[in-house]
Amino acid sequence: MSDDHGSSVISAQVRHVESLLESRGLLDAGEIDTRIDEFLAGGSPANGARIVARAWVDPGFAERLLADANSAIREVGLSMAGGLQEQRLKVVANTADEHNVVVCTLCSCYPIALLGPSPGWYKSEAYRSRVVRDPRGVLAEFGVELPAGTSVAVWDASAESRYMVLPRRPDGTEGLAEDELAALVTRKGLIGTAVV
Amino acid sequence: MSRVNDVGGMAGFPAVIEEPDEPPFHSDWEAHVFALNGALIKRGVYNLDEFRDAQERLPVQQYLAASYYERWFAAITTLLREKGVVAAEELELPDGH
Repeated sequence: MSDDHGSSVISAQVRHVESLLESRGLLDAGEIDTRIDEFLAGGSPANGARIVARAWVDPGFAERLLADANSAIREVGLSMAGGLQEQRLKVVANTADEHNVVVCTLCSCYPIALLGPSPGWYKSEAYRSRVVRDPRGVLAEFGVELPAGTSVAVWDASAESRYMVLPRRPDGTEGLAEDELAALVTRKGLIGTAVV
Repeated sequence: MSRVNDVGGMAGFPAVIEEPDEPPFHSDWEAHVFALNGALIKRGVYNLDEFRDAQERLPVQQYLAASYYERWFAAITTLLREKGVVAAEELELPDGH
């Protein structure tokens, strides 16, 4: 935790606003802590990984997922309706010919329910500005080198739409169970800045 | 005309830096700002689009100098003032910070 002067000033300002709002009946005591706990206990990349593993073992599910992700993820007990408003979800599948990567150039739109809190780099101007102009260059900074023949599709999230990447199933994983497959899937794999 | 947040394709930003083992929040106040925003939207004090707009119309220099959650807090206090929930002078810290 940062404890420099700037941080302590803004901490005091935030506490001050919270007390003002409590005094006006716009915030309940304990509400902030409850919300923080719920958020931290809620979305996790394990959710996205579970969707991916199911799609890898069940071609019918994969087809439904790519056609209508909002409906399909309900089959595994997940939803895009748990936040402030329901978000449209589109899942985009990596293939031998095409690699997908997700960004929100305007701010930080991100499928939190499926991926958990977003990493700082996803919210940075560096990523937001550059990945749409030079996706291969940015992917290289993440250690991802794609064959020259593989095209790259960049998906720009918006206030109403979220994207998640369905990575390619790694070779040699034919014998793995669904939960073992899910364990291979990383947050960056679901954003497209890593291959699984 | 684009706003300062519309950085897609803009040249001049540096390499993307990953923070190893990054926590969801870097300070308690960031978590509080996150939760405060959700609480106010849920109560209908403002909506998500108004919140996004309030960030995007921050003065350009302030937007670029601020951290992610500093922007959020600036947007929250802007909306609380504009909606008449609190007066500007009430936002000042009592001890004169």
